[in-house]
Amino acid sequence: MTTHPSLAVEATGLRKSYGETRAVDGVDLAVRTGSIYGVLGPNGAGKTTTIRMLATLVRPDAGSARVLGRDIVHEADAVRDAVSLTGQLASVDEDLTGRENLVLLGRLLGLRRAAARARAVELLGAFGLADAAGRLVKHYSGGMRRRLDIAASLVVTPRLMFLDEPTTGLDPRSRNQVWEIIRALVAEGTTVLLCTQYLEEADSLADGIAVIDHGRVIAEGTPGQLKRSVGSGSLHVRLLDPDQRPAAQQVLDRALGSVMLEPDPAALSVTCPDADRAALAVAELSRAGVRVAEFALGQPSLDEVFLALTGHPAEESPPDEPSPVEEETAS
Amino acid sequence: MSATPASADASPADADAVRAAISSTPRPPRASAVSAALTFGWRGMLKVKHVPEQLLDVTVTPVMFLLLFTYLFGGAIAGSTGDYLDYILPGILVMTVLFTTVYSGVALNTDVTRGVVDRFRSLPIWRPAPLVGSLLGDSVRYLVAGTVIIVLGVALGYRPGAGVGGVVAALALVVVFAFGLSWIFTTLGLLMRSPNAVMNAGFMGIFPLTFLSNVFVDPTTLPAPLEAFVNANPISILATASRGLMEGDAHAGDIAVVLAVAVALTAVFAPVTTRLYRRS
Repeated sequence: MTTHPSLAVEATGLRKSYGETRAVDGVDLAVRTGSIYGVLGPNGAGKTTTIRMLATLVRPDAGSARVLGRDIVHEADAVRDAVSLTGQLASVDEDLTGRENLVLLGRLLGLRRAAARARAVELLGAFGLADAAGRLVKHYSGGMRRRLDIAASLVVTPRLMFLDEPTTGLDPRSRNQVWEIIRALVAEGTTVLLCTQYLEEADSLADGIAVIDHGRVIAEGTPGQLKRSVGSGSLHVRLLDPDQRPAAQQVLDRALGSVMLEPDPAALSVTCPDADRAALAVAELSRAGVRVAEFALGQPSLDEVFLALTGHPAEESPPDEPSPVEEETAS
Repeated sequence: MSATPASADASPADADAVRAAISSTPRPPRASAVSAALTFGWRGMLKVKHVPEQLLDVTVTPVMFLLLFTYLFGGAIAGSTGDYLDYILPGILVMTVLFTTVYSGVALNTDVTRGVVDRFRSLPIWRPAPLVGSLLGDSVRYLVAGTVIIVLGVALGYRPGAGVGGVVAALALVVVFAFGLSWIFTTLGLLMRSPNAVMNAGFMGIFPLTFLSNVFVDPTTLPAPLEAFVNANPISILATASRGLMEGDAHAGDIAVVLAVAVALTAVFAPVTTRLYRRS
């Protein structure tokens, strides 16, 4: 395998099975240094297993990968020197205080005692945790815990950071804080590989996206490219009366083709090549007696991208990521 | 879980401060194996400080046993409670420390199920450091639990024949044995699915083995096959050696057997634990 200095991650044909389950079934990735790269897919698609292989936690069954130019199997220690991982579970020690968690990692990474303490104070301050520094992490809120978790990955600034679903389970404000941190990280030169099942998250953060399903990369490109690959645009319609949705679906099906029902029970969307045909379709609706609350013509969402690529919506896949780590149960 | 969504959550992460914090770290040289292991030992100490209940849990049962057996059965078994206390105290010391070893497995399993192990495994440190360090930290816990029992025994009227030196030697021997034994529980901790399962399986093994030893009664009164089993039980040999050290008449042979068993347990189960840990 040739090494491109401009690539932070270069993976070819990564495979990993757990028993009968092919968690990762031949994944290729190329992540440009200094970018945010999103690995997008539903639960169980193989995102976590992929990231765990790249972070040297799991050995691939087949295939190879270089992270910052180092082989993940044969030069695992060199990889560990330059990356850090923020796992799906907030991997901080609940029985210690926030400060103790960071000092612990500082010491393990080779900082002297005073330096580790100073670093902990600096990070806690920067991440808005100064007031909670001396409190046990088990008393932290979800957002605080996640920020501490990310801070723990930055005790020594990594050149590449793996983030596995960093905003799952967070409220919108905490989620925005995490997004700000990720943007700051990249602005300072760290490459970020981000696993997410939120299309919006990949869309707003990532420079490049790999869509992964059943352990394979099924599409790759910039968010814009992925959207264009689905179609030129998309008509979104919200109805006054959700009961009229079947009727609206029929009309739009006839006028424009396959309609997608949105999570909102009164909303539908359909790919649509141009504004003229969208206007005609909306007119058809009112002629059929369907009352429209609002309509808009826009770029397709990544939800629609996913539907177009896989034939099933991102949310409907079975939630069983074959990871050896059990889901966190509230203790 | 978020019992009190703290007010500190209101202070958002400040983007400039975050950038400053991120940009300010040159990578230090790697931590040495010893330093990494000691850091994990320190983590164990912090847990004793923050979760003292854990230590209390494993000390309360032996304290209860000590009081119950001494005052309820002591007279019947040994003629007087005072005589029985001399017999049972070193045994209870062994029991306390061995019970505490189960928690090494429970703690490791907790780390795995909470995802903390993932972070440790992604660090550039000596691979067995988390395991060795935790067991070092646990050894301090064994010392504390053992000391509690000895202090209680002295308060109840126990007077070791070999004085403080004998007690320290006995405690040291028990801790060394416990270090070896705890590798079994760390293996178990990596094989089982939940901390509770580790705890149940651990006590299911250690509890009968402790009773089928000479910790509570002199085995000469037992049926012959049982007596043979009890005499061969390493826990019996450990209890006998501890009694000997505390009274000043220990057999070198017993001590040698105890140390050999500890070394053998470590030799078998430390590598197994390390292998499992790498793959967890």
